[in-house]
Amino acid sequence: MTAVRGTPTARLMRLLRSEARHAPALWIFAVLVVVPVAARFGPESFLLSLLTRTLIFAIAALSLDLILGYGALVSFGHAAFLGIGSYAVGILAAHGINELLVQMLVAVIAAVIFAAATSAVSLRATGVYYIMSTLAFGQMLYFFAVSLSAYGGDDGLTLAARSRLFGTDVLANDRVFYYVALVLLAGFYVLARRIIGSRFGRVLSGIRENPLRMRAVGFEPFHYQMTACALAGAMCSIAGVLLANHSEFVSPAYMTWQRSGELLAMVILGGMGTLWGAIVGAIAFLLLEEVLSGLTEHWKLILGPILIVVALGGRGGLAGAFKRLRQPGSDGGVA
Amino acid sequence: MKAPLLAIEGLCKKFGSLVVSDDITLQVRSGELHALIGPNGAGKTTLINQLSGMLGSDRGRIVFDGIDVTRLDLPGRVRLGLARSFQITSILPDFTVVENVAVAVQARSGSSFRFFAPVAFEAALNAAAASALHRVGLSDRSSARAGSLSHGEKRLLELAIAIATAPRLLLLDEPLAGLGLEESKASIALLHRLKSEFTIVLVEHDMDAVFDLADRISVLVDGRVIATGAPHDIQSDAAVRSAYLGDEAHL
Repeated sequence: MTAVRGTPTARLMRLLRSEARHAPALWIFAVLVVVPVAARFGPESFLLSLLTRTLIFAIAALSLDLILGYGALVSFGHAAFLGIGSYAVGILAAHGINELLVQMLVAVIAAVIFAAATSAVSLRATGVYYIMSTLAFGQMLYFFAVSLSAYGGDDGLTLAARSRLFGTDVLANDRVFYYVALVLLAGFYVLARRIIGSRFGRVLSGIRENPLRMRAVGFEPFHYQMTACALAGAMCSIAGVLLANHSEFVSPAYMTWQRSGELLAMVILGGMGTLWGAIVGAIAFLLLEEVLSGLTEHWKLILGPILIVVALGGRGGLAGAFKRLRQPGSDGGVA
Repeated sequence: MKAPLLAIEGLCKKFGSLVVSDDITLQVRSGELHALIGPNGAGKTTLINQLSGMLGSDRGRIVFDGIDVTRLDLPGRVRLGLARSFQITSILPDFTVVENVAVAVQARSGSSFRFFAPVAFEAALNAAAASALHRVGLSDRSSARAGSLSHGEKRLLELAIAIATAPRLLLLDEPLAGLGLEESKASIALLHRLKSEFTIVLVEHDMDAVFDLADRISVLVDGRVIATGAPHDIQSDAAVRSAYLGDEAHL
């Protein structure tokens, strides 16, 4: 009996020990699970809406961290994938296709095609030229959306209702929608962690460390970087699908270069190359934005210096600061 | 006669008007350690860069084991078994020592487009990496961060990485550079062991080491091969003495 009972316990202990390294992520998700309950004691619909928005941007930031933190690919056009996801919802809904899973599938396919086509060009450049070309592709898509007069053009288009999940309208319920977003974020977090720990992830991090070394053992960096861009783009397009449903509105404004910059700021604020840092960064960024914009209309004057302080002073962002607290002497750099 | 493992035919490279490789023709036989010597600026590293695929060639051909690799890039040549080390140490500083080697093993064993299984638990990769580290004597540093190694240890790590790609020809660019006396001795002993397993092209400034290790030596001066032969032939070659060794008659 003891042995039978002991084995699952031992397995559970092993699991908990291996999870201990990711303790911050467990705490984050624990808080995110109970927060909607707490929201009932406040202005619930406002709080839920704000929190859902942070989850959606956490997915986008997480996907950006895959290529930024592990691939050292500074994409200044990542918001394009938010746009692809939200237009997949808007355009399909305009033609009567309201099923969420179908919209997600179309969003992912479009995102992978866009990521592959643009990174095939962008990755031929490095450094600041790579950044410029991602920016250019992002802007191309933005202006393409502006020109889509059949789908609202510059004004965007309003959705009649949220997408349907398996034919039901459960997503219309804000609490359900929150938890759908949370499950997706958790799923993507686990997926991203698996990718980072896989053969592919090791090659990607190796290329970040020293591309010449990786070429000299036989890897062609281009193929791995391009695949990483496609994975990150697909993940971010799901955030776009959720974003369209969240506001029940689709607009080119979702993919401006400022939005791409905000995604970069979220990842850098939270700490690159930790995955959970990107989630914390997105939450912190949006909450700061909310609080500061309530204080003054010049809130960007306060947010700007905060970001500069983190970028210059806090190596590794919030995740790095957390690491330094737990292990004094650690440089808090990328794991 | 058996075909050479590496045949270089009329290889040329110019940087602007500066000719750095001037009609180089050389054969590296299977199993030999072929040393490339020459004064600074003779074009030794340029030649290694051309052979490894880091640098294109203006004219000429490079044939590796019967395959014309002249147009193949660096990763392509490595996958055929043409591995190199670097004069300036090139490692993955934030990876552990064993990960540095395991990723090289990974490059030649199966696809790396695997996204879910944890690579850290792949016993075959770790075993092959451990064996390469054992051969260069770095076993006890396996779990150290590669960036924290001493200079000498980093040079050994580079050798372990090169071995781990399962090469048939090793291009070693000054593996003894910057080593202390003791480290240098240990590395020469290691090269003695490696030369029984691999065909090696060695660029090195330490003449004692070169004449100790080499089966054949080619002398490069101003981008041209002025002599190729066994160590004692090179020592007594009049052209080499006047062109390269000059007044230094201590060889």
